[in-house]
Amino acid sequence: MRGSLERILEMVRKEFRQVFRDARMRGVLFAAPVLQLLAFGYAVSTDVRDTATFVVDSDASPASRELVDALTASGYFQVVGRSSRPADLVRALDHGDAMMGLAIPAGFERDLQNRRPMSVQLLFDGTNSNVATVAQGYAGRIVLSWAARRSPGAAPPGVDLRARAWFNPNLESRTYNVPAVIGAILTLICLVLTSLAIVREREIGTLEQLMVSPLTPGELILGKTIPFALIGLADLGLITAVALLWFHIPYKGNVLLLVLASVLYILAALGVGLFISTISRTQQEAFMSAFLVFMPTLLLSGFMFPVTSMPPFFQWLTLINPVRHYMEIVRALFLKGAGLGALWHQFLALFLIGSGVLWLAADRFRRRAAAG
Amino acid sequence: MSPTRLRAIARKEILQLRRDPRSLMLAFALPVLLLILFGYAISFDVRDIRAAVLDQDHSAASRDLVAAFRSSGYFTVVRYLERSAETGPLLEKGAVQLILVIPPGFSRDLGAGRQAPVQAILDGSDANTATIALGYSDAVVRTWSGNAVLRGRTVIPAITPQTRVWYNEELASRNMIVPGLVAVIMMIIAAMLTSLTIAREWERGTMEQLAATPVTRLEVVLGKLLPYLGIGLIDVVVCSVLGVLLFGVPFRGSAALLMLLSACFLSGALGLGLFISAAARSQVLATQLAMVATFLPTLLLSGFMFSISSMPRGLQAISYLVPARYFLVVTRGIFLKGVGLEVLGLQGLLMIAFAAVGLGLAVARFRKELQ
Repeated sequence: MRGSLERILEMVRKEFRQVFRDARMRGVLFAAPVLQLLAFGYAVSTDVRDTATFVVDSDASPASRELVDALTASGYFQVVGRSSRPADLVRALDHGDAMMGLAIPAGFERDLQNRRPMSVQLLFDGTNSNVATVAQGYAGRIVLSWAARRSPGAAPPGVDLRARAWFNPNLESRTYNVPAVIGAILTLICLVLTSLAIVREREIGTLEQLMVSPLTPGELILGKTIPFALIGLADLGLITAVALLWFHIPYKGNVLLLVLASVLYILAALGVGLFISTISRTQQEAFMSAFLVFMPTLLLSGFMFPVTSMPPFFQWLTLINPVRHYMEIVRALFLKGAGLGALWHQFLALFLIGSGVLWLAADRFRRRAAAG
Repeated sequence: MSPTRLRAIARKEILQLRRDPRSLMLAFALPVLLLILFGYAISFDVRDIRAAVLDQDHSAASRDLVAAFRSSGYFTVVRYLERSAETGPLLEKGAVQLILVIPPGFSRDLGAGRQAPVQAILDGSDANTATIALGYSDAVVRTWSGNAVLRGRTVIPAITPQTRVWYNEELASRNMIVPGLVAVIMMIIAAMLTSLTIAREWERGTMEQLAATPVTRLEVVLGKLLPYLGIGLIDVVVCSVLGVLLFGVPFRGSAALLMLLSACFLSGALGLGLFISAAARSQVLATQLAMVATFLPTLLLSGFMFSISSMPRGLQAISYLVPARYFLVVTRGIFLKGVGLEVLGLQGLLMIAFAAVGLGLAVARFRKELQ
């Protein structure tokens, strides 16, 4: 037992030396996750701001200017061009210079003063359907409330919807996305790097040397996976620190639960990585397989696309996806401060998937090793 | 440059690819898989938001408002609550995403012509869904309120915003995704497949053998590039045909122009992949560099899913360096807008410049290695 522990430690030390020898590899392991988090934190946002707007104001009156000001003052729209000819609006949309066009008809102010009904036209470039949907809602609401302010008494008081968002009062998408990035980055490190590290030994022929050493296959697996589990945990700390200190994402939950969930999740990811290594002969094969696994699991995890919007079949499928459970735990811990009582389903699922995959992979690895 | 040697290098690369079914699978199955996932499984459109109702008024009016909620098609009311103490645990468990609270006195206020408040409590931990749910409930309440107040009276609203959407009239997210996917898939193929080709030769020691042959560096780079260019162009066709036939995405522009500009973009991207491969020398490093330098920027900063104008200035500046940003304008322009070179001229020039830079980098870096 003592000997076994020493052999594993020696193997772990060798792995660490091999990984850290290359300065660029150190960069990939520790600088890249932070860069990715920064990119995700700033870029992945479904907030719509500064939508490029082209204005065709055929009225050119104080009232029409006031309406345009109401749109820009909201921060959602930014006027990128003005003209009096509708043809210019078409050009701006065709060229992609503007996402929205606002056409105010001649006689706008006169009609407004005479309380005659009228309409303004809002044109949207639908090629980005997200932005168009959200911008459409904003613009319609701003125009209506401006009209209500201009003609008090015209709109009778009705029902007033007051919204209150729990857990994330400003509904910032960053608070939602950044915790999830942790899951994505851990997957990349544990899954891709483990599979490549093992296959690399096979490809350059050093795996045979390890096989004839006194290491048992079980020790070999541990020696190969422990370093990446530790690197994964170090990255977890690093990314969480950046999320808290740089992005000021609130963390409301129990830290131990986050570590526990991450350990379970890393086990699952390492298991998949190990499994891929047993079915690949070259690093190219391993990388392609890892990527083929990585893309669908990430897309079907609820990372960017809510699971509840998927068709029932795919919702079902996500139940065996460890990334989905981990994302739910991380988000609930960060934003809701939920405890084990609310999350034990996800923990149990992670544990079952993790131990199942790891057992399968280790079994396959051992059998392959025994077969030579 | 000798065509014979070029062909020999290309043939060797094709042979190697044919013996590697998994790379071929990535080249052909991944695009189809992504299309199907994006087309069928995932979407930005939020439907059937799980909601709970806490009706403290118990009046005909409050029941009517709840009925309007249910029949809107956006919400599935899964729970009816009795006490406000029940709201907290429900949101914490994530059982519902929205709770509609109708306070006592709702119908009285409404009948007296006073403003009658109702409350929407949202689970903000999913900010995206919450924002959309808020928009939907706002629309439902507004419509219902208008009908309830105006019942029996005719008041004409002062200004009607007339909204029209161009190019993607029904605002379907797949119409936005499919043309964007063409660009993303091009980048995956280019960066993932080629990032390993030169690093592999280094790691296995076959690079010396290659160096000992009379091939020039330009022949090696072009020879390694041509098979992947073919794969990439086939993928463009597959994605376009599947997108149009399976998902009904409109194709309004010129197919020839799409192929031409795709070839330019692909040459640049492949050049970049080969450059990374030549610079990294180790396959593990090359794959990681390819992910960080090409795949992620394309996914995040090209405008594929996230609007560039909402990003901070610094990131917007960086996005000008992401070639996929320009290629995305091309694919969306050709698929949805049906515009030609008169609009895409600038993008066309940028694609050619990108191809020149990508290939130039690959050739320049490669020479150093051979010496």
